[in-house]
Amino acid sequence: MGILEKHKILEKNASLLLVGSLLVVTIGGIVEIAPLFYLQNTIEKVEGMRPYTPLELTGRDIYIREGCYVCHSQMIRPMRDEVERYGQYSLAAESMYDHPFQWGSKRTGPDLARVGERYSDEWHVAHLTDPQSVVPESVMPKYGFLLNREIDTQDIQAKLETHAMVGVPYTSEMIEAAKADFAAQADPDSDYAGLEERYTKVQVRNFDGQPGVSEMDALVAYLQVMGTMVDFSTFQPDPNR
Amino acid sequence: MSKKPVEKKSDPKTTGHIWDGIQEFDNPMPRWWLWTFYATIIWGIGYTMLYPAWPLISGVTHGLWGGSTREEVAADIKAFDDANAAIEAKLAAAPLASIATDAELGPFAQNAGKAVFQTWCAQCHGAGAGGAKGFPNLLDNDWLWGGTIDDIHYSVTHGIRNTTDADARFSQMPAFGDILEPADIDAVVNHVLNISGQEHDAALAAKGVQVFTDNCAACHGVDGKGDRAQGAPNLTDAIWLYGGDAATVTETVTKARFGVMPAWTGRLSESDIRAVASYVHSLGGGEQ
Repeated sequence: MGILEKHKILEKNASLLLVGSLLVVTIGGIVEIAPLFYLQNTIEKVEGMRPYTPLELTGRDIYIREGCYVCHSQMIRPMRDEVERYGQYSLAAESMYDHPFQWGSKRTGPDLARVGERYSDEWHVAHLTDPQSVVPESVMPKYGFLLNREIDTQDIQAKLETHAMVGVPYTSEMIEAAKADFAAQADPDSDYAGLEERYTKVQVRNFDGQPGVSEMDALVAYLQVMGTMVDFSTFQPDPNR
Repeated sequence: MSKKPVEKKSDPKTTGHIWDGIQEFDNPMPRWWLWTFYATIIWGIGYTMLYPAWPLISGVTHGLWGGSTREEVAADIKAFDDANAAIEAKLAAAPLASIATDAELGPFAQNAGKAVFQTWCAQCHGAGAGGAKGFPNLLDNDWLWGGTIDDIHYSVTHGIRNTTDADARFSQMPAFGDILEPADIDAVVNHVLNISGQEHDAALAAKGVQVFTDNCAACHGVDGKGDRAQGAPNLTDAIWLYGGDAATVTETVTKARFGVMPAWTGRLSESDIRAVASYVHSLGGGEQ
């Protein structure tokens, strides 16, 4: 009974028990979490990932603000039915610039990980304004008010800086041009050469079809880029992941 | 209420702890619980040996049985692809016009096409293909870009007015709010109401004929019956994509419309595109 007798010391000393349990949980955490940071195996290199443009990033904030994640996940799991319906299963690298990620665990509506370029801008505006007008069986609430809310660009630069601080590779050039890039993406008549240079394959359109940059513009710009960055024509999945 | 007296063992083993006169029995664990507990430990050891489990310095243990969700899903998809490979190859190679009447391909295309439609097309065109404001009804025989199987196949493959496919169908109506005076727009709207058989102001409509001929006829035709080569709708039937009342027609003329459909090539296989084209063609409005 030697070891069990010694256990009494822990049992009878609350502070020691606390320190002991903390130690056990710490070891468990290190074994489970730490390898994710250094194992090459978990971080798959893919072609095409770029940081969000200022407009897309703003749209992403609106997505979070409106609680879209409560009903929509952003992760296609590696199962046949999901791949057939939504497309290529999601890769870890695809959400590496998401802070926080929007994988979600609840699907009242469909998964949105690859919703980008699947529908027209007009459809998104009609659907967000009145979802039942295009999908009568939908239970989604209406978000038409986004059309009337102009975006204040005062904090756009700070937004990029914040994301840069947590590891998103925004260059100083991107941060400086944030305000201009923001306006240019929603205006196809503007000079958006710089924006295209900074962000590959960026989609420049008047997303909501009305003048000015509304929250609708930003949200649709974000929805239209989702899942479209990675070039899957050259992607070879490594089965050992 | 009868209270059973606590059975007293003759020599109960206790842990020896006493708090305020309360003692704790030191009975053994129930057998079933103990053996279940041991079984889970053995199962756990077996599991980590058979499946990927432990992180190491430069990799992970792959386990004796391997096990990879990626391999599983790839195998799963391949099994279905292989099962359908023969008929899909046949569908992709068959002349479009012959698909519907082919005894083997016809039913396959109908079922596969319906599944493709429900997954990829229903969001805009409706689960029953009845369309919505701005998204064409595919059940009637009014077509913007043509309703033969070849026309439909082209529209699905390349889409309409999108920026991703260079071969997408394209045309653009000008926003006449920037071109015409409000009075002229009013006149031409009344002309359109007239040729579509609706209530209108006869004087304004008469004035609108010239405006229509000068500005609209190039695409919609002098008689307003449209031009499928340009996706210009027929304005004389009672079928409207955005609405045919005076207010909506005025909005359409002033701001113009620019309906976009994505290109499905690359996203869907050729056999899937043919299947869905064949399905849409069969819905009621398909032209020979």
